[in-house]
Amino acid sequence: MTAVRALGFLLLLAVSGVALAQQQAPGVPSGSPEVQSSAPEVGAGRGGTNNSQQPTSSEQQPATGQPRSAAPEGIAPRPAVPVAPIVAPPPFTARGGPDAADVELEEARRLGVVRGMVSIPNQSAGILVQPVGRDWRSWRTTVLTIAGAILVLGTTALLAGLFFWKGPTRIEAGRSGRSIARYTWLERFNHWMVATSFVILGLTGLNITFGVYVLRPVVGPEAFTALTWWGQAAHQFLSFPFVIGLAGMLAVWARDNWPTRVDVAWVKAGGPMAKGHPPAGRFNAAQKALFWFQVGGGVAAAVTGYLLMAPAVLDNVTSQQIAHFIHGAMAMVMIAVILGHIYIGTIGTEGALEGMSTGRVDFNYAREHHSVWVEEQLSEARRVVAPPDARAAGAD
Amino acid sequence: MARLKFLCDSDRCIECNACVTACKNEHEVPWGINRRRVVTLNDGKPGERSISMACMHCTDAPCAAVCPVSCFYGTADALVLHDKDLCIGCGYCFYACPFGAPQYPKVGNFGGRGKMDKCTYCAGGPQQDNTPVEYMQYGSNRIAEGKLPLCAEMCSTKALLAGDGDIIAGIYKERVQQRGFGSGAWGWRTAYKQELSV
Repeated sequence: MTAVRALGFLLLLAVSGVALAQQQAPGVPSGSPEVQSSAPEVGAGRGGTNNSQQPTSSEQQPATGQPRSAAPEGIAPRPAVPVAPIVAPPPFTARGGPDAADVELEEARRLGVVRGMVSIPNQSAGILVQPVGRDWRSWRTTVLTIAGAILVLGTTALLAGLFFWKGPTRIEAGRSGRSIARYTWLERFNHWMVATSFVILGLTGLNITFGVYVLRPVVGPEAFTALTWWGQAAHQFLSFPFVIGLAGMLAVWARDNWPTRVDVAWVKAGGPMAKGHPPAGRFNAAQKALFWFQVGGGVAAAVTGYLLMAPAVLDNVTSQQIAHFIHGAMAMVMIAVILGHIYIGTIGTEGALEGMSTGRVDFNYAREHHSVWVEEQLSEARRVVAPPDARAAGAD
Repeated sequence: MARLKFLCDSDRCIECNACVTACKNEHEVPWGINRRRVVTLNDGKPGERSISMACMHCTDAPCAAVCPVSCFYGTADALVLHDKDLCIGCGYCFYACPFGAPQYPKVGNFGGRGKMDKCTYCAGGPQQDNTPVEYMQYGSNRIAEGKLPLCAEMCSTKALLAGDGDIIAGIYKERVQQRGFGSGAWGWRTAYKQELSV
């Protein structure tokens, strides 16, 4: 038993001695990066192949102390290793890459930009080529100009034809001589603030689009530049009363313009084309549609316009092009719609304009065009004059 | 007359920005305006290349087509120049330009644009050649002195070429044939509807 223990102790001593010798490799301290390896080592001693030193000679080495063999020294044949030849890479300057013309064509097709890095502060200058610019050009010189001209001139011609064909809508019962309050001074002031700024915004905007073709040949380059310069200043400054007025309209008129069942009936009856006058509230369905279209379009035009006004906000040519697209398209349609509104509100309908100028309309006009509203006003008036819980004087 | 063009050999451009600096110095261009800039594509990646870009003086220039006051004019050498006295700074030329060449000094209302400024091909403007008033508005007029644009003249690797379109295209093609590679002339398809693939 003791002998077995002694043997085991000796064995342990021998093993630890070997381990100690391995740890204390000469020169390199144990645990140093040279000793440790992140990757499993591969070599002749570790089971790898083809990593051994190429022997310089295939000759048998003589035993120590023995004379050299007289046989001629033979060079060891290189091992037959099927190594694919490593081809030298092309010079760094031979970068090749896609052809410039192909890249430009591809970006033009997918409405993209060729973007890179610049070392100047203006990072938006990193767009090297934006072939879409040529498409924006066709929008401005062809689509907006020709379609816009057709829209505005066509609407004007249509309204003129309507006026000469059918004439204005008369008050069928004739003027009653009595009037009913229709718009408060705040509503009228707000309306005319929006109207004035819209007309000037529209005219200066049309000048930006068509002036170079229409006005410039007439007045000359210098005068036209002066006009357009002041025009764009007016366009920028008058956007503020326009937007404030839109917000005011939304505040005072949104409730009266909320769609109701009466509007459905009004449209089903034929709206403006109906025989007689279908019943309508304070505003009929067409007026409500106009209201919501102008508010929505005005907001879209205002947002895009302010973004164009402060070009540093949209630090990107593509988003500026989109903003201009929305702004121009919206403005053209709004101008056409407002032309119709101006016609109907002035020469197209007898008795309509005085509502917005004096605040009162003829009673018969109100009864024909806005019968439901008149009923409401009358019942309200009766309630105020004679409340249901009113008691005759002296009844106590 | 010649048909003056720019050509940047992107296999030679080393992004030293000397053309940018030379242009700013030659024309006393104000802060924030770079008539010429160097754009590096695939920066730091394989296939990186740099291109010096400015107004390419396009054939059928989009800026001139969209200008609402028609302030652009073409010269006998087919350069696209503009009259700053007519410009209203609306920014339309910037939307239309494929190369981002129009620059604005940002002096107007609401951080607006001010009169547009762009590469003149060192050819000044509509004023009398080489007068102080022309220099104030457009910078120096080297073309009137019989010289080519400074950016191309001093390019250290001769990557940027300026001159008659046929001549510089010939130089580029010769280079490509000699060295065996080339990725085409950036902007030429968009600006001149011409491809320089060899």
